[in-house]
Amino acid sequence: MSLAIPRFWREIQSRYNLIGTKCGNCGKVDFPPRAVCPVCGRKSIGKMQRFQLGGKGSVVTYTVIHDAPAQFEMQKPYVMAIIEMDEGVRLTSQLIDVKPEDVRIGMKVQASFRKLGQDGDAGVIHYGYKFRPAG
Amino acid sequence: MRDVAVIGVGETEFGELWDRSFRDLGIEAGLKAIQDAKLRSEDIDAVYIGNMSAGKFIDQEHVSALVADYSGLADMHLPTVRVEGGGACGAIALLQARLAIASGMHDIVVVGGAEKMTDVGEVQAAEILSSTADQEWESVFGATFAGLYAMMARRHMHEFGTTREQMAAVAVKNHKNGALNPEAQFQKEITIDAVLQAPWVAEPLGLFDCAPLSDGAAAVVLCEAQRARKFSDTPIRIAGSGQASDFLALHDRRDLTTLDATVIAGKRAFHEAKIMPKDIQVAEVHDNFTISEILAIEDLRFIEKGKGGPATAEGLTALNGKISVNTSGGLKARGQPVGATGVAQAVEIVRQLRGEAGKRQVVGARHGLTHTLGGTGATAVVHLFERGD
Ligand SMILES: [Zn+2]
Repeated sequence: MSLAIPRFWREIQSRYNLIGTKCGNCGKVDFPPRAVCPVCGRKSIGKMQRFQLGGKGSVVTYTVIHDAPAQFEMQKPYVMAIIEMDEGVRLTSQLIDVKPEDVRIGMKVQASFRKLGQDGDAGVIHYGYKFRPAG
Repeated sequence: MRDVAVIGVGETEFGELWDRSFRDLGIEAGLKAIQDAKLRSEDIDAVYIGNMSAGKFIDQEHVSALVADYSGLADMHLPTVRVEGGGACGAIALLQARLAIASGMHDIVVVGGAEKMTDVGEVQAAEILSSTADQEWESVFGATFAGLYAMMARRHMHEFGTTREQMAAVAVKNHKNGALNPEAQFQKEITIDAVLQAPWVAEPLGLFDCAPLSDGAAAVVLCEAQRARKFSDTPIRIAGSGQASDFLALHDRRDLTTLDATVIAGKRAFHEAKIMPKDIQVAEVHDNFTISEILAIEDLRFIEKGKGGPATAEGLTALNGKISVNTSGGLKARGQPVGATGVAQAVEIVRQLRGEAGKRQVVGARHGLTHTLGGTGATAVVHLFERGD
């Protein structure tokens, strides 16, 4: 998919700095930010606080993508994973700096700031998080 | 609530139908269903259409009015409704049409489902399918639709020891059923080895673990149950329906090897119908990927959690097995014109319960089930059908 510039810009805080929210009622951490806590519902309104994730987590599951969207064609095959952050919340990200055959469920990983993709040959470059083995 | 029955069914062939337009397909299915029910135009109160993404596939929105118009119903000025809900849109349209009749607002409603997917290239079609996942927090990072299901498959293999051979057994079974369905996109049997040796799409899913891109349409006619006998000798009653939603992004879900939306939609439908999973003889479940059928038969409580792979490999879900699953060939072999899916599943179940399924007839079928997913399981719909006699 290709995203318009404002659409990407709106999410930069979260994609660059892993900014989520913490519920002031129950303490649950969400990423990306939520206006309402999925656990507390109405009781959390107005109590959701900005919260930065530490960037460390582990692999819950993963895949190696061979059929890629046009925007990711040059990167294939590449590894996608669902990562459980140390704060308990999960997210989806590419895994880099690791051979596909060396990826394991449970593997410790850490966030890294990288180029995500580009709209066309001379298009806007989007940046955000990818994850690499924790060292 | 008033009881509702299916009194007519129709479908087009499914496949890469380059010579047929969206209009051609929608009309063919609709007219077949209307003929099957022996209806006159003036009997129809409303038209509901399930369509995932005509705006992206053929650059045409407002397809509900379009289909009614080209089906010769423009002069009737009927209310028409297009339902969106990812791959579940056809099943949701069926549910909404049922409610419209149950409420007393309408007596007879035509429900159609249609998608024309092959007017765009394969890469673009795959991206359009991915748009039912979370674009901002999955797709933008490179997760594809197949990739998300692949991650469910990997986790299922990790937790329960499910194997690629067991997933391949889903594809082999559904192709075997598809070979008995003259409307199916693939009517050739395949082998476990062929599935295992196919090129990767997203590991551990290969090309033959994935349902194809297809063009096609299906339609059913719903009628208030007491009037249904006037039109059909074997009206098929909708005994229960359930719909449920979940977190849009896969990573936010409670469990990666259970689709909670399926579990809850199933419970709601079975509760309404006052029957149990063991009472079902034939089911059409959403096998957009081989792993999806394994999850579905577990989450619908046909098979114990974690045992879906071995159960499939042992033939429990084969034609006239413990429960016959995807007798039409499923999305895998019958084809996957997304918007048509939920309605086409209902068409197959009605044929089975009427005893009109030919070579793939399930012996003694009295209760049937359809299960349809939107996205990676953020929506699930279950309908239960029974013979009216
Ligand atoms: Zn909370």
